[in-house]
Amino acid sequence: MPPPAASTDILPDPFPRFLSSGDTALIVEFGRSVDRTLNERVLELDAAVRAAQPPGVVETIPTFRSLMVVYDPLVTRAAEVRSALAALLNTSRAAVVAGRRWRVPVCYEGDLAPDLEAVAKTTGLSLGEVVALHTTPVHHVYMIGFVAGLPYLGDLPTALALPRRASPRVRLPAGSVAIAMGLTVIYPVESPGGWHLIGNTPVTLFDPGRMPPALMAPGDQVVFEMVQRDVFDDMRAAVVDGCFPIAPEPLAPDQPGTTA
Amino acid sequence: MTPQLLVDQPGLHTTVQDFGRTGHQAFGVPVAGALDPEALRGANRLVGNPDGTAALEILHAGPAITVAADSVRIALAGTETTIDVAGQNDAWVSVPAWQSIRLSHGQRVRIGRLVDTACAVLAIEGGLDLPAWLGSRSTYVRAGMGGFRGRALVAGDRLPLFRSSSTDRQELRAARRPDIAPGTPVRVVLGPQDDYFTAAAIDTLLSAAYKVSAQSDRMGLRLEGPPLAHLDGADIASDGIVTGAIQVPGAGLPILLLNDHQTSGGYPKIATVISADLPRLGRHRVGEMLRFAAVSVAEAEDLRRARDVALTEVLDSITPAANAGWLDPAALHSENLISGVVDYSRPDDTDL
Repeated sequence: MPPPAASTDILPDPFPRFLSSGDTALIVEFGRSVDRTLNERVLELDAAVRAAQPPGVVETIPTFRSLMVVYDPLVTRAAEVRSALAALLNTSRAAVVAGRRWRVPVCYEGDLAPDLEAVAKTTGLSLGEVVALHTTPVHHVYMIGFVAGLPYLGDLPTALALPRRASPRVRLPAGSVAIAMGLTVIYPVESPGGWHLIGNTPVTLFDPGRMPPALMAPGDQVVFEMVQRDVFDDMRAAVVDGCFPIAPEPLAPDQPGTTA
Repeated sequence: MTPQLLVDQPGLHTTVQDFGRTGHQAFGVPVAGALDPEALRGANRLVGNPDGTAALEILHAGPAITVAADSVRIALAGTETTIDVAGQNDAWVSVPAWQSIRLSHGQRVRIGRLVDTACAVLAIEGGLDLPAWLGSRSTYVRAGMGGFRGRALVAGDRLPLFRSSSTDRQELRAARRPDIAPGTPVRVVLGPQDDYFTAAAIDTLLSAAYKVSAQSDRMGLRLEGPPLAHLDGADIASDGIVTGAIQVPGAGLPILLLNDHQTSGGYPKIATVISADLPRLGRHRVGEMLRFAAVSVAEAEDLRRARDVALTEVLDSITPAANAGWLDPAALHSENLISGVVDYSRPDDTDL
């Protein structure tokens, strides 16, 4: 997986700035780093664009620190889309739909957590301390990407900041919870990955039959809850049987951590 | 019985594709869709379908199919490869692409190696009776979603059809073809992250020739040639990707992203192919050389509009075939007028 953060700023340009991606998309870039404040501005503009529906805009793709606005070049032109976006940036901040808080059960044991000991060793922490540091914070969903339904979550306590593994794994099982570069990801399906695998969740993050198919959305919050292996196995069996409901808690707009 | 097409041979990589699955990239769902949407539109027009009806996209070599419906009308577009239609006594008749053919129950057709392109589209009148997912029947093989069971066709597949018989009408033929501009540079707009590269890298991209490598697929054309140097590393915070983006990982070799690209990525994109040139990209075969030329966004927009006018002229050139008699292989055999009979056992056509 490509790393999310550039190490240094190499441009003096003021943000936000507009970048063209050919003649089918404009990117509004709010900065260069992975940062909660920047991401909240991305999600604000995303909400404003979705509400305003400028002519010719086909879809939007919010990412860590930029919003890609895809348009039909036979319906509109970059200059028109840019004007519409500039106007939305200058108006009062759009009301972002308050995110939701998900309580995600994770088993941090044995074969479900093959990198946990290495992470503990590298960071100088005990296994229990690593788990505690991962289950304590409220994680923010920055974006969904890489594969369908995969959430990028942050930020990790600095004590857990690690580069990616030297060699990526060819196969990580579905539900893998992995950390690197100050972030956590959860792999919805079996896929390759270079992050440190510290646990697994039985929760289904992507269900083609659900609408929307992705469980989480940018702006949501996640709290990881440690479960023992036997509880995890029961949950996973329930998921297979289709009787493991996971429902989010709504967040009030003024609750700390929301983007409104 | 459900009308079907029986897949006797699948071809190299044959998938169901339409215009793609837009509107869900924010959840990580790739667009997919036909690499050559102009061929998709042409093939569908020839069989009387709406332009975006899901059809079979063929890569490199096409399938062999037996009709298990009362009758079915098909058309191949995006190539000049002929369709072999089985007549009497297992003799094969070659029928040109870019025109519709009506086939009867039990009749067999096959499309061999594509002679002039890496991709082509075979449309079926009425379309394939497959479930749409998120508004599209396009196959995204990497996640096993959409199309026919989320995968490329395999021998023995039975593709359900919406129609049990073809409409009774004259066959259609296209007099014109989309301009594929062979040998001319692929036009790009620099960026969105051209400022992550040295000036020499930009010069190299716009002057060197790049070869399409064997690792290319519907996700992207991997290019071999002079590496492109980054100013300060190849890592950016992951951001959105459009089809046609040229991303450059650490080793400096560009990857030209096609329809099955991921929705986000963490490598800088040095340039983006303009939308007027996107239908050309998937046509490139392994080993072919590509060159790039830069245009402005405004120029790209004008070129796209001109391309759309030209495509309309191609679609408007689709008219009833003047002499459709030879399109009926059975009649051809009886009248002994066959010009292109192909022996079923011809070895270079049976190595799929």
